[in-house]
Amino acid sequence: MQTRYKNIYLIPYVLWIVLFVIAPILLIIYYSFFNIEGHLTFDNYIQFFTPVYLKMAASSFWYAFLIMAISLIIAYPTALLLTRTKHKQLWLLLIILPTWINLLLKAYAFLGIFGTYGPANTFLQFIGIGTKQLLFTDFSFLFVSVYIFIPFMILPIFNALEELNPSLIDASRDLGGSPWTTFRRVIFPLTLDGVKSGCQAVFIPALSLFMITRLIAGNRVITLGTAIEEHFLVTQDWGMGATIAVFLIIAMAIIMILTGKRRRG
Amino acid sequence: MKKYKALNIYLVLVFIILYAPIFYLIYYSFNSGGTMHGYGHFTLKWYKEVVQDTRLITIVLNTLVIALLSSAISTMLGVVGALAIRTVRRAPVKNTLLTLNNVLIVSPDVIIGASFLILYTIIGIKLGFTSVLLSHIAFSVPIVVLMVLPKLQEMSPTLIDAARDLGARRWDVLSKVILPFIKPGIFAGFFMALTYSLDDFAVTFFVTGNGFSTLSVEIYSLARQGISLTINALSALLFLFTVILVVGYYFIVQYYRKPRRQGAGE
Repeated sequence: MQTRYKNIYLIPYVLWIVLFVIAPILLIIYYSFFNIEGHLTFDNYIQFFTPVYLKMAASSFWYAFLIMAISLIIAYPTALLLTRTKHKQLWLLLIILPTWINLLLKAYAFLGIFGTYGPANTFLQFIGIGTKQLLFTDFSFLFVSVYIFIPFMILPIFNALEELNPSLIDASRDLGGSPWTTFRRVIFPLTLDGVKSGCQAVFIPALSLFMITRLIAGNRVITLGTAIEEHFLVTQDWGMGATIAVFLIIAMAIIMILTGKRRRG
Repeated sequence: MKKYKALNIYLVLVFIILYAPIFYLIYYSFNSGGTMHGYGHFTLKWYKEVVQDTRLITIVLNTLVIALLSSAISTMLGVVGALAIRTVRRAPVKNTLLTLNNVLIVSPDVIIGASFLILYTIIGIKLGFTSVLLSHIAFSVPIVVLMVLPKLQEMSPTLIDAARDLGARRWDVLSKVILPFIKPGIFAGFFMALTYSLDDFAVTFFVTGNGFSTLSVEIYSLARQGISLTINALSALLFLFTVILVVGYYFIVQYYRKPRRQGAGE
């Protein structure tokens, strides 16, 4: 017999979904069809496909890709080494702890570190390169972004490595696989899910960062996020901002589908 | 084993880079010089400035009130949501709910902020305390759901059947059987919501309006004006607070883990 009673829990929860998940997305789409004077128009979409915006979108994707790739290159070995340490959980906690420090404070620290008289330049002088303009460059933007995102890349990879059955590695070694072959053919493919969720956790926010571009990169680097913020809060052209947001949502959906787990296949 | 040593150096290097900026900030918070280079002498004057700045104290209190209120309310909503998802029997409905639940987790902050800004403008909610509180509740709910749901699924349905057979009403089943069982998930969700709220900048920045400000927004506007060691002193205090929170969380999790295992053995 099936017990059919009303699911009263659904009411507040569905209300939340409708109000804060569905309505905002629909509103963004709705607003993207209005220009700054409030007329119904496709102008925003036409404008998005002009070189100015396309170039900005392309560079935004390029920077997000770079941030993701550099994070991955640094994070994978770190996660691998972490799984071999003695007090794993403690070290892991130490990796996570900086993520609880406000992102803006970390960015602010780099204002000092990369400043003209900061330690980074002192070091450059010491090794004989001499003082360089570090702040407000692509380099500082990439460095700070990678710094901020790296724990989010380490964490899922670490979890994937932990789930890996160690006997598989032993088996590969016993069958004569070199450490590199073992890594390439066994460890890496089996932790691909972790890598994917790490990339997801880095790439999507990296597309939309605007505070770091404002603080660290001056206005040299403009990401999709910076553009949305500018349109919504500075120029008040909500229509154009919403249009860019629509494209960001589409990009996000594509990334989610590409990196989605295929366990239920 | 020279190879291992080289590998450990890599790990140590990562940790140094991860923590250097934080300790750099704290180190210069004691600098009398007023800049983040060239050390004058040790001073506590920046801390004094933080403590005496009533505007800043108000902002800190705002931030705490928002964080505590929003995580309390979102925990309740999240628990209800998790119960709702569990009660749904049909798989497609369940999956749809889960997907919709995760939308706010994966959405970039800018989009959440911008879309909430439109929403509040249309509904007519004045930007300020209410709009920030509502936003924080909204983006914390899915985290709580994700924290509570696994605990609910871990729970054997026979437990509820047993309670019903013994004559428990619906409310009793909830308060005396389900909630105690999923308590660790609820606490984890609450703490996650708390950290999300304390840490959020982008969403708040969009919906905060003029009069109201939280700590992140304030730090942003201060940092845009350049270096001021008051921020350093503030960050040292926040770091201390974060460490206390993390240690506290760690002990709460440990505390709840033990009795549950004993309980399962009874």
